[in-house]
Amino acid sequence: MRVRQVSVFLENKSGRLYEVCKCLAEADVNIRALAIAETADYGVLRLIVNDPDLAVKTMTENEFTVSETEVIAVEVPDRPGGLAGVLAPLYEANVNIEYLYCFVEKSGESAIVVFRVEQIDRAIQALQSSGFTVMREEDVYRI
Amino acid sequence: MDYFNPVEVLERERLEALQLQRLRDTVDRLYQKVPFYRKKLEEVGFRPGDIKSLEDLKKLPFTTKDDLRDNYPFGLFAVPMRDIVRLHASSGTTGKPTVVGYTANDIKVWADLVARTIVAAGGTQDDIVHVAYGYGLFTGGLGLHYGAEMLGATALPMSGGNTKRQIRLMVDFGSTILCCTPSYALNIAEVMREMGVTRDQIKLKAGILGAEPWTDEMRLQIEEELGISAHDIYGLSEVVGPGVSIECVEKRGLHVFEDCFIPEIIDPDTGETLPPGQRGELVFTNINKEGLALLRYRTRDISALDVSPCPCGRTHVRMMRVTGRTDDMLIIRGVNVFPSQVEAVLMQIPGVSPHYQLVVDRVENLDVLEVQVEVSPQVFSDEIKKLEELERKIQDEVQSYLGVSVKVRLMEPRSIQRSEGKAVRVIDRRKL
Repeated sequence: MRVRQVSVFLENKSGRLYEVCKCLAEADVNIRALAIAETADYGVLRLIVNDPDLAVKTMTENEFTVSETEVIAVEVPDRPGGLAGVLAPLYEANVNIEYLYCFVEKSGESAIVVFRVEQIDRAIQALQSSGFTVMREEDVYRI
Repeated sequence: MDYFNPVEVLERERLEALQLQRLRDTVDRLYQKVPFYRKKLEEVGFRPGDIKSLEDLKKLPFTTKDDLRDNYPFGLFAVPMRDIVRLHASSGTTGKPTVVGYTANDIKVWADLVARTIVAAGGTQDDIVHVAYGYGLFTGGLGLHYGAEMLGATALPMSGGNTKRQIRLMVDFGSTILCCTPSYALNIAEVMREMGVTRDQIKLKAGILGAEPWTDEMRLQIEEELGISAHDIYGLSEVVGPGVSIECVEKRGLHVFEDCFIPEIIDPDTGETLPPGQRGELVFTNINKEGLALLRYRTRDISALDVSPCPCGRTHVRMMRVTGRTDDMLIIRGVNVFPSQVEAVLMQIPGVSPHYQLVVDRVENLDVLEVQVEVSPQVFSDEIKKLEELERKIQDEVQSYLGVSVKVRLMEPRSIQRSEGKAVRVIDRRKL
């Protein structure tokens, strides 16, 4: 139920994002989803990849600052109100969301929301009891 | 009024006789009262009464900032603490500040020196002296304040910061002499423009500007924008504070008040005294101070002496504007900063890498110090708020330690250039 997200520290400098992606490409790592959080001076690149171990290894070898975080991925229907629907049980269960990002599945029928929350177990429980599908780790890497 | 104290125009011969007598008294007193100096003097085989001429000064040992630190806080004071009426302190290289103490008479002499500087810049009893140097442990604010009062002018104790209020009161009260760092003077001019305050709305006529290095180009800009005559003032707390030397209307060097301090220029490597005109390290000997008197104190400031007569009539030697340092000390908005201090702070924060770089720049006429720190995997969090917390923590720690605000920039590992041998810790982009 917990998905490993790989995060990279990036200085706000032209070419850095390209260098990360190039390094992952050379190691044959496939990026499934990504989001960037930014400040004036630096950014944090958050990645869901097909092979987190390989991604961490190759980026560390290339001297990037990398960390791993556990997130959850939830399938929601790709229609108006889809995201609101999934947020309701989290709100009711008093789960704090640090950040989230979404992407649409290839089939186009559902969207996937990646959550980073403070209370991960409580979040999973709240989502499941409201009938949402919290995706299994290997399914997310395979998307 | 051309000068404040007649000693400023005393004939050289009489001035030097006064110096000799005061030097002899100072050395004898330090030998008797300060164990540190007794030991140092004995090491060079010196006995009380050995000073026969001013030339004998060269035989005396040097005093350094380390000596002050080793005798922290009051070890070099030449009087009992009951006679000390004021303490000031400045930041030191490795944490311990440099502490200086004044007797009641020292405060009077210091105020007299500062009154001389105000008069040299064209000040009289009728002036309103706007003191925008910081008040506190730093000698700038209180130094100028007491000098203005000694002259009989009106002291306006503004201290630094809150520039809009500075300008409002400058307009309302009609301040005539501005005392602050040269960069702050330019900042005031800029904020005036933003506020729509014109030159005719202020009554400033002179600026007594110092505590940081500046150039003639900056002087011209300040004089033009504020409509004033800008005078360079020099001083350091170890020697007395502001009032060691000042530019007169000629603005060709700063007159060193030689009845109180004997200046020398030495070769920083050999310690040899250099002849007038040659550039080297500035050294001062206190000859008119009771609480803390230093023999041949090495300032680390680079200057030269000009012994040619000055058209202003003052007989005291002039020192050229300080052009640099013999060590890595930075002056940020008038505050002394050593890179090693920043390093000491960083080392205390868990997970922070020892790789750092200081970038100094002047943005809108104010010095900006940026501390660049590499983010190690141990402290990297993918949450921006935790990274921001780290930035703030470093910023607070450095700030409370140095007494100057800094900007912290987190960098990728290995992005700070590693050098062979001595690391390049400082990039100074200020154009001076």
